[in-house]
Amino acid sequence: MATPAAHTADHGHADHDHKPPFIQRWFFSTNHKDIGTLYILFAIMAGLVGGLFSGLIRWELYEPGIQVFHQGSLMARVLGWAIEPSNHGYYVVMTAHGLIMIFFMVMPAMIGGFGNWFVPIMIGAPDMAFPRMNNISFWLLVASFILLVTSMFVDGGPGRGFGGGWTAYAPLSTTGHTGPAMDFAIFSLHLAGASSILGAINFITTIFNMRAPGMTLHRMPLFAWSVLITAFLLLLSLPVLAGAITMLLTDRNFGTSFFNPNGGGDPMMYQHLFWFFGHPEVYILILPGFGIISHVVSTFSKKPVFGYLAMAYAMVAIGFIGFVVWAHHMFTVGMNVNLQAYFVAATMVIAVPTGVKIFSWIATMWGGSIDFKTPMLFAMGFIFLFTVGGVTGVVLANAGLDYSIHATYYVVAHFHYVLSLGAVFAIFAGFYYWFEKMWGVKYNEALGVIHFWLMFVGVNVVFFPQHFLGLQGMSRRIIDYNVAFAFWNKVSSIGYLITAAGVLVFLLMLVEAAVRRRKAVANPWGEGATTLEWTLSSPPPHHQFNDLPVITAEEHH
Amino acid sequence: MAIRGFKAQGRALHRASILVASIPAALIAALVAAPALADTLGQPTDKAIGLQPSGDELRDTAAFFHNWILMPTITAISLLVLGLLAWIVIRYNKKRNPVPARFSHNTPIEIVWTVVPVLILTVIAAFSFPLLYKYHDEPKPDLTVKATGNQWYWAYEYPDQKVAEYTSNILPEDKAGSLYKLATTAPLVVPVNKVTKVLVTGADVLHAFFIPAFGVQVTAIPGKVNSVWFKPRTVGTYYGTCNELCGADHAFMPIEVKVVSQSDFDSWIAAHATKSAPAPAAAPATPASTPATPASTTAPAAAPASAPAKA
Repeated sequence: MATPAAHTADHGHADHDHKPPFIQRWFFSTNHKDIGTLYILFAIMAGLVGGLFSGLIRWELYEPGIQVFHQGSLMARVLGWAIEPSNHGYYVVMTAHGLIMIFFMVMPAMIGGFGNWFVPIMIGAPDMAFPRMNNISFWLLVASFILLVTSMFVDGGPGRGFGGGWTAYAPLSTTGHTGPAMDFAIFSLHLAGASSILGAINFITTIFNMRAPGMTLHRMPLFAWSVLITAFLLLLSLPVLAGAITMLLTDRNFGTSFFNPNGGGDPMMYQHLFWFFGHPEVYILILPGFGIISHVVSTFSKKPVFGYLAMAYAMVAIGFIGFVVWAHHMFTVGMNVNLQAYFVAATMVIAVPTGVKIFSWIATMWGGSIDFKTPMLFAMGFIFLFTVGGVTGVVLANAGLDYSIHATYYVVAHFHYVLSLGAVFAIFAGFYYWFEKMWGVKYNEALGVIHFWLMFVGVNVVFFPQHFLGLQGMSRRIIDYNVAFAFWNKVSSIGYLITAAGVLVFLLMLVEAAVRRRKAVANPWGEGATTLEWTLSSPPPHHQFNDLPVITAEEHH
Repeated sequence: MAIRGFKAQGRALHRASILVASIPAALIAALVAAPALADTLGQPTDKAIGLQPSGDELRDTAAFFHNWILMPTITAISLLVLGLLAWIVIRYNKKRNPVPARFSHNTPIEIVWTVVPVLILTVIAAFSFPLLYKYHDEPKPDLTVKATGNQWYWAYEYPDQKVAEYTSNILPEDKAGSLYKLATTAPLVVPVNKVTKVLVTGADVLHAFFIPAFGVQVTAIPGKVNSVWFKPRTVGTYYGTCNELCGADHAFMPIEVKVVSQSDFDSWIAAHATKSAPAPAAAPATPASTPATPASTTAPAAAPASAPAKA
């Protein structure tokens, strides 16, 4: 099995490692690894912006009253040029936080970043199927981000920017925001959607057509499986979002009435369309993480993944059911009770394949000889935090109880446990796992461990108390709250500082690794690392697998 | 060989899980029951960690479902996973277990962890569906009021009692004190132990009518009339908020429901009913007359002079 890789490493330099000059390499790139690197750098940048915004939110909510988003505050003096110091400004920041974290941090990191880097390598392909389309996928995302940032600087109607939440419910996003900011946000989402659809087509084509000889679907590594399923979810759900926001656009600008009751439209139709995209979207955010966690857990336990086929088809099941549960976001809009009952049942079914995954990860570790390196710490953190976020999802799935906690901080806690803690921990697990492979240098293990513990403690302090706030009835998306919510909000905001310290350690880790430049090895993790990327040098040659590897064993997942 | 090794470990897993599963019961009782007694009825309590106390019977069912079915279940599952992870850290680190096992399949346990969650979900569903249908099995209302969400205040109307629409603004901080952002200038007034049906609609954008203590929440949608009902058990004041982002002052459109005795309610109606039509004002609330109210009043009507105190 190691033969083709050794071949590449020994003789490949003259042919394969000729890198194009800087501009050509990074701006006109057609190389899946370079594009993956661009995506990851972009995601880190966007994550810092989105994280700064969440800091502004927690700062404002640190105590009752409006301290941050008003004229004359420290925030207004420092960031007033970018963020309107008003109630509306708070909602603009909150909206941008959500959109940035979803479309410009988690998706680019998981799919564009790790997906581009490792799907071709894991399936034994030299590159993606459509390298130029890969390039435009990335640059469309940059254009999309620029449009979103622009949206924050132009008039929204009630003030500068769009402050209607990432869901952009009509009529607040139509008659409620008359300025061009919402139109910029719509175009931003159009471009982000186009970028993701092109990326999805690329992944599906690559995985179906470019697997190395012997790499059957049932021998394919789980990360490749997870990206394949994610790509199908993107392909099927994003056009619906594109349709919905195009209807918003025409309602706003061309006098149509898709969502306007005065013209015979229905605001609820927007919510159905949005969540038909929105619910698959949250699985899009987490599924690649499932794949990453499987590899990390297997590698550091030095054991094959437990129940490989069940793991793969659990993801297929989650992806499929993810399309038929959307209206559980809408239990309070006055739907027919039988329809609500259906969505309760369908939603709870998702807990079954998710449970299969959680327990299979545990069984993978069971009996292992585990090395608790940073990626493994993040993976174990992921498993526990995702479980907590998962079980509160089961609570929210019950419509009869949802009436008491719908759209409260309980929901905020729930989806941050599965995303901010789940997806982000999976991203960090993957980042440390593939650090040497991608950058060609080693990270500092001590800094990685400190980063993990600060993040783990920090995010729990931020989000666990939010369950309590939600149960007590604190509405999400409010700039100010009654004094009875003061204590847990203060705790939550203190947790942000701990988390932010963790992020600083992460940045320090990056700088340290860049300065010290400890030379990477091809496989730092030893016998447990069995997928094809570990047969290549670190970093891999500019073009790999010019002689395709032949897969014979079942050991590659 | 691999499977045999797994079975031995499976027994250890079993012992560990029993140990872990015994922890939550006591913990839950402490977490759920104790604070609920101390919390204030009808409003949030600082440092509280559970649901607000229930103000009506249906919400009792919902709270029971949460506190005694869901909470113990999800806590046990979370602690089980945490316990297994802790055991893995202790037992299967590279020092204590230098040679990894090689098993990757065990059909019986895979069947167990597929079937057991299904059973747990079935139990949850057995409580969940009756609760859902109970919410929608609406009794004949004794009183029907209409609540209209506006940017950024609620407007209430008693069509059967001929109380014209009046606005309920946020009570300023100097008057509201610790109830600021919950208290209003003019509460919704309803009788105790009677079924009140609230017809909810929106005048401009989406809002949501949400009263945690009654466990009711519904979106206020322009062009559509939704409804919720509740039957308050005790006299008192119950607070809620608009719960759907509706623009810059979304955080400042609270809901205040004043539950009063029937006689107090009657005199309140007498004081606020439109005087020009005295005869029908005394007529009892009939659900048959309610459907006539919707759409026409989606534009916020100016509150008449007879409306309750507008601060």
